[in-house]
Amino acid sequence: MSQSAQPTPATDERIKDISRLRQSLIRPELGGICGTVLVFTFFLLTALDSGMFNSQGVLNWSTVSAQFMIIAVGACLLMIAGEFDLSVGSMIGFAGMMIAIFSVTLGWPVWMAILITFTLCTALGALNGFIVIRTGLPSFIVTLAFLFILRGFTIYFPQTLERKTIIGGISDAAQGDWLAPVFGGKILGWLFQWLGEAGLIATFERGTRAGQPVVDGIPMLIVWAIALVFFGHVLLTRTRFGNWIFASGGDAEAARNSGVPVNRVKILMFMFTAFCATVFATCQVMEFGSAGADRGLLKEFEAIIAVVIGGALLTGGYGSVIGAALGALIFGVVQQGLFFAGVESSLFRVFLGVILLGAVILNTYIRRMITGER
Amino acid sequence: MKTILKSLALGAAVFAAPVTATAQDLNYVLVSHAPDSDSWWNTIKNGIALAGEQMDVSVEYRNPPTGDLADMARIIEQAAAAGPDGIITTLSDYDVLSGPIRAAVDSGIDVIIMNSGTPEQAREVGALMYVGQPEYDAGYAAGLRAKDDGVGSFLCVNHYISSPSSTERCQGFADGLGVDLANQMIDSGQDPAEIKNKVQAYLSANPDTDAVLTLGPTSADPTLLALEDNGMAGEIYFGTFDLGENIVQGIKDGVIAWGIDQQPFLQAYLPVVVLANYHRYGVLPGNNINSGPGFVTADGLTLVEKYAGEYR
Repeated sequence: MSQSAQPTPATDERIKDISRLRQSLIRPELGGICGTVLVFTFFLLTALDSGMFNSQGVLNWSTVSAQFMIIAVGACLLMIAGEFDLSVGSMIGFAGMMIAIFSVTLGWPVWMAILITFTLCTALGALNGFIVIRTGLPSFIVTLAFLFILRGFTIYFPQTLERKTIIGGISDAAQGDWLAPVFGGKILGWLFQWLGEAGLIATFERGTRAGQPVVDGIPMLIVWAIALVFFGHVLLTRTRFGNWIFASGGDAEAARNSGVPVNRVKILMFMFTAFCATVFATCQVMEFGSAGADRGLLKEFEAIIAVVIGGALLTGGYGSVIGAALGALIFGVVQQGLFFAGVESSLFRVFLGVILLGAVILNTYIRRMITGER
Repeated sequence: MKTILKSLALGAAVFAAPVTATAQDLNYVLVSHAPDSDSWWNTIKNGIALAGEQMDVSVEYRNPPTGDLADMARIIEQAAAAGPDGIITTLSDYDVLSGPIRAAVDSGIDVIIMNSGTPEQAREVGALMYVGQPEYDAGYAAGLRAKDDGVGSFLCVNHYISSPSSTERCQGFADGLGVDLANQMIDSGQDPAEIKNKVQAYLSANPDTDAVLTLGPTSADPTLLALEDNGMAGEIYFGTFDLGENIVQGIKDGVIAWGIDQQPFLQAYLPVVVLANYHRYGVLPGNNINSGPGFVTADGLTLVEKYAGEYR
């Protein structure tokens, strides 16, 4: 970065005289881009022959990264709008459990269970936002309360209804359903079939699936992640509503005075975060066929970490969806990559902390360059 | 900033270097469902370390940090992608884990199920064998024993309520006693102070409870403190699953009537030995291995005491 700054002599950043190169380099995502390059270089050097970069390995860390991305997009937009949501993890557990209860315990069709769960969860997101707006309390506290409330219900409902905390049998219920494959299905199966037959990727050696490729398609989870990142990025950078999000998080009072419907923007962002959490939960439930009371534990922090690695400011008004997506990618690659590299798994948290700290320091420098603050 | 990144990479390399240098010809991975906070799994780690050393193979331990079983499924997929010679894993939720485990089996990796799950499930996913203690049966045996000692009602302190096998232990115990489980099981959480207070609250609300059943050191240690505090230690019939330093002391002091040892050491040690011999010489035992239940009472505590928390 120090090199990229060289073309311009040391002048005041507030003056609009910025070189092209500098303008294209110095952006909120820069930290995320540097981190991604660094992380991949590191694992290419240490774990190249460990299976991390064969088809199964790539799918493995892509799936984990996509999981982080889905919740990071929601968390990112909400954080730019100046609010937090700590109930994301509990919302994941709750949404999954609701789908299981509706479809298995109550025997409703799966598509109806999914649609009602989406409605219910975005409504809870709106309630979160409404309480924050009406009481003026920090969203940190309000959503912390929902972290406990939702987790409590996630344990209580299945315990009361089914006397257990994991409800299975959703795969059977989802058989032949039209909406379930949108979350739990896979696409491009023919491509991987062909790749397997052509010997380009490994195939199963035994069992009922012998001869089939080990990777039989791109999970919808990854498709959802890419679609949400694209949607979030366009919304934030290409629309008037995107400007409103920045304005609401930057200085809510000033935004209000210039006619931005701050309350509406914030409530909508809470709803979007809840929506993202529900997408995560639905994909998980449809893939694994069961919902458990402990699903999604601590995911809210993982989402926030990904967003912060991606360059967003904790206090709002600044950030980038692409950055958050790269943060999620770094998170996922490091988490799974350490396993491939054979590192003792208890050290994962050490790495996570170091990366988080490094990224925040780097991002602070970049932000100062962009905004000119001292 | 470049220097920051450099030092970061350097730090990472320092951590990574000593562990990546494995020269053994056979590589195994043990995947557990336990969160980092569960100290019971230390015995498992020591078991695979000893077996790895004795058999001259490399064995890695992996677990989802928060105990999220969906994360565990990803770890199994990851392990399969890395292509070890064998995977030893728990099967704590068949719905979630059967897919990834079967995919690993199908891609040519030998799998042994340990600790959680049932022998039937292990066979269905295509595993070589099951090494563990059938949970319901162990709870049932304990229930019968308690019934003979005159117990009619109990409190089950469940510190891991999201795992079905924990609930099975309580259910087995209730069935062994011949009573309804109903509200006699509490979700205690993992925090020691919370567990202690919840146990005390339950016992003061239900003073005629005959017995307490805990499911491991995580719930037994705080329960011991709770009973000391409210004066019921030695008075109330106290049985527990698993062993640990405090549990052994409790048995010695006469506070705990018995501890059910599922002998986790064997669950970790034997699969490594079985896999290594299978891969080297093609020999495989013909059946599943039951590592427990064994009841540990005040008699013959010496060895247990010496190795509690390490190998016992």
